[in-house]
Amino acid sequence: MSKPVIATASLAGCFGCHMSLLDIDDRILKLIELVEFHKSPIDDIKTFTKPCDIGLIEGGCCNHENVEVLRSFRKHCKTLVAVGECAVMGGLPALRNGIPIKDCLEEAYLRTPTTEGNTVIPNDEELPVILDKVYPCHEIVKVDAFLPGCPPSADLIWEALTALLEGRPLKLTYDLIKYD
Amino acid sequence: MTNIETIIQRHAGDPTRLLDMLRDVQAARGCVDRVSRAALAKALRMSEADVEGIVSFYHFFSRTPAGRYAVYLNTNVIAWMNGRAAVARAFEREAGVRFGRTAPDGLIGLFQTSCIGMNDQEPSAVINGVVFTRLTEAKVKDIVAGMRAGRPAAELVGELGDGANQHALVRAMVANNIRAAGPVVFGPHEPGRGLRKAVGLTPEAVIAEVKASNLLGRGGAGFPTGLKWDFCRREKGDRHYVVCNADEGEPGTFKDRVILTERPGLLFEGMAVAGYAVGAAEGILYLRAEYAYLKPYLESVLDGLRREGLLGKGAAGKAGFDFDIVIKLGAGAYICGEESALIESAEGKRGEPRDRPPFPVQVGYLNEPTIVNNVETLCCAARIMAEGAAWFKSMGTAKSAGTKLLSVSGDCERPGVYEVAFGLTVRQLLDMAGAPGAAAVQVGGPSGSCIGPDGFKRAICFGDLPTGGSIMIFGPERDLLEVVRGFMEFFVEESCGWCVPCRAGNVLLLRKLEKVLDGKGNARDLEELVAWGAVVKTTSRCGLGQTSANPILTTLANFRGLYEARLRSGADADAVLDFDLAAAMEASCRAAGRPIPSPEAHHG
Repeated sequence: MSKPVIATASLAGCFGCHMSLLDIDDRILKLIELVEFHKSPIDDIKTFTKPCDIGLIEGGCCNHENVEVLRSFRKHCKTLVAVGECAVMGGLPALRNGIPIKDCLEEAYLRTPTTEGNTVIPNDEELPVILDKVYPCHEIVKVDAFLPGCPPSADLIWEALTALLEGRPLKLTYDLIKYD
Repeated sequence: MTNIETIIQRHAGDPTRLLDMLRDVQAARGCVDRVSRAALAKALRMSEADVEGIVSFYHFFSRTPAGRYAVYLNTNVIAWMNGRAAVARAFEREAGVRFGRTAPDGLIGLFQTSCIGMNDQEPSAVINGVVFTRLTEAKVKDIVAGMRAGRPAAELVGELGDGANQHALVRAMVANNIRAAGPVVFGPHEPGRGLRKAVGLTPEAVIAEVKASNLLGRGGAGFPTGLKWDFCRREKGDRHYVVCNADEGEPGTFKDRVILTERPGLLFEGMAVAGYAVGAAEGILYLRAEYAYLKPYLESVLDGLRREGLLGKGAAGKAGFDFDIVIKLGAGAYICGEESALIESAEGKRGEPRDRPPFPVQVGYLNEPTIVNNVETLCCAARIMAEGAAWFKSMGTAKSAGTKLLSVSGDCERPGVYEVAFGLTVRQLLDMAGAPGAAAVQVGGPSGSCIGPDGFKRAICFGDLPTGGSIMIFGPERDLLEVVRGFMEFFVEESCGWCVPCRAGNVLLLRKLEKVLDGKGNARDLEELVAWGAVVKTTSRCGLGQTSANPILTTLANFRGLYEARLRSGADADAVLDFDLAAAMEASCRAAGRPIPSPEAHHG
């Protein structure tokens, strides 16, 4: 039987959740035995070429490219997991949600102390379009599971992955979700 | 312009009377502006932010001018059913200003407010403290013309209502609409009889009598009154307080309005009985701002009781029993009906609930042992002392003794107040009220339950359908889910914001409900409504959040078909349909001068 396939992506996040995944230490060797990584920054595979069992999403959606990536994950992954505060609720990037995007862009590109002369809001068509606000993943696609934390601890990610692989309920013990 | 110092002095510079000061400032200046807030803060040794926090908390205080005539039009669902939309349009047309704004000339401001206790005579509005009922486009035209002529709001009322509404100190166009007068609250009563009997007993014996009557709190929660009094009496404190909760804010309830109009003496007698029982010297009637029009009249009733010796030093002829009552006005906040929030508000603060325990009977008004009882409860207590516990228990059911005042409104021929024995079925009540074809009945206000014809055989009593008395009837032509939306908007508006489950949870529930109403929901959304509703219910700090999910939860339980008919199914069942990528991109494309994306087909 072939190994379960995992894909991962970091959207509007800081890669901290991916770092936390790597923080499972030597269990990563066991993980490699258990699963095959597909599209992921971990192995640098850029495009989906087959269906996956588990998709891990770090970060919410702050631009249209995030939305497209998230939707392609939903399309290709049987189980989609929002990993960490930003994916679950928008997180730090969503702090801008109370401010109109026009004001944000003008503040960042036209009015900063470090810009001078003919300033412009970047508008090259190659650039992803910033969204009006930062959306948590479940407001864009159906999400099957949510892992809280900023970042979720390595132990929590390990517990969640092994639970998913073994098809058993997740044991969210107190020490895994205690943050202070 | 009235001097702020004069207003502060008028209320003895007492911080617990800050709401009274703010009310006077609001009346004198049309708002509580920054200068006034600074002056109040300085005089009362508070921060300006604290004063601003209090001003912004209450509906009837504003930081910007509300107009020489501030119109607060009720937004209750029953008002909408009775033609509120046309009345609101008429106000906007005649006043030349939109709701939520004040006209540029500063004459008229139009605002929305939650239920003002006039559900039996909607649409209604409060203008400069004066109540206007059964509004029509024609009436609005006359009222606005009167405002333009500079006439005081009190002169603009139409035909006066019945009973004490015609009293020179009331002169309100409010109708009592007493449809069924029962033996307890509306029965014949010799003034002072209950109190005189009470002071002839020991306080312990009075409490024992109230306990024996099995009187349960009439505000809705049904806590045993005698037990509450007993707890309070046993607490050590410098002073004990009796507070009457006349902040009747549960949408659809108006029976306390009628008691305050027609049986104020009985209520004050009940407060004195309670004062004697718990060992209090002071009673406070916390009167909701919407009923401020009754205050001069109620003060005159209190004066009368003092003259008759039923209040004051040696009340009811009992040496050593000194008991008097003061009236404190609220300023428009539903949450102040919650007893610990009410106490905070009576102390002149934001009406935010306290942590419990300690309970008010332990640490209440000014941190002294305090009982907070509903208007109707205190009336019952006076009658129990007058007629005896056995008489009281002979009415109602085994577990729910006595009668209950019901405020009936909505799609029925005879809206108004019904005093009925506990145990009456909903069907019997509908027959009395003239609503044979009712499709749904909201029992206990938005925080209660919505039942359909299957539930009409249920009985109104604590074992089955408990209620503070709000009964709203909906005919088959009504869109019940729009009613639910209205109730959820009410809770979003009235959440005090202290705790997250209530502040954020109700917004999320409302959004999810609107998603379903917009035809973008799926079966999962209904599951989430139930799950999130349970979270809000179980983790909120006070009764508001603990019941605010009920409109959704009870209609999902009793009218699930209405929801299911609006769901997406099939291939789209799992899709998230309320996210619009093109719309989310539009603003930044405009800001950056990029092409505006065209609407996308649904993804998911």
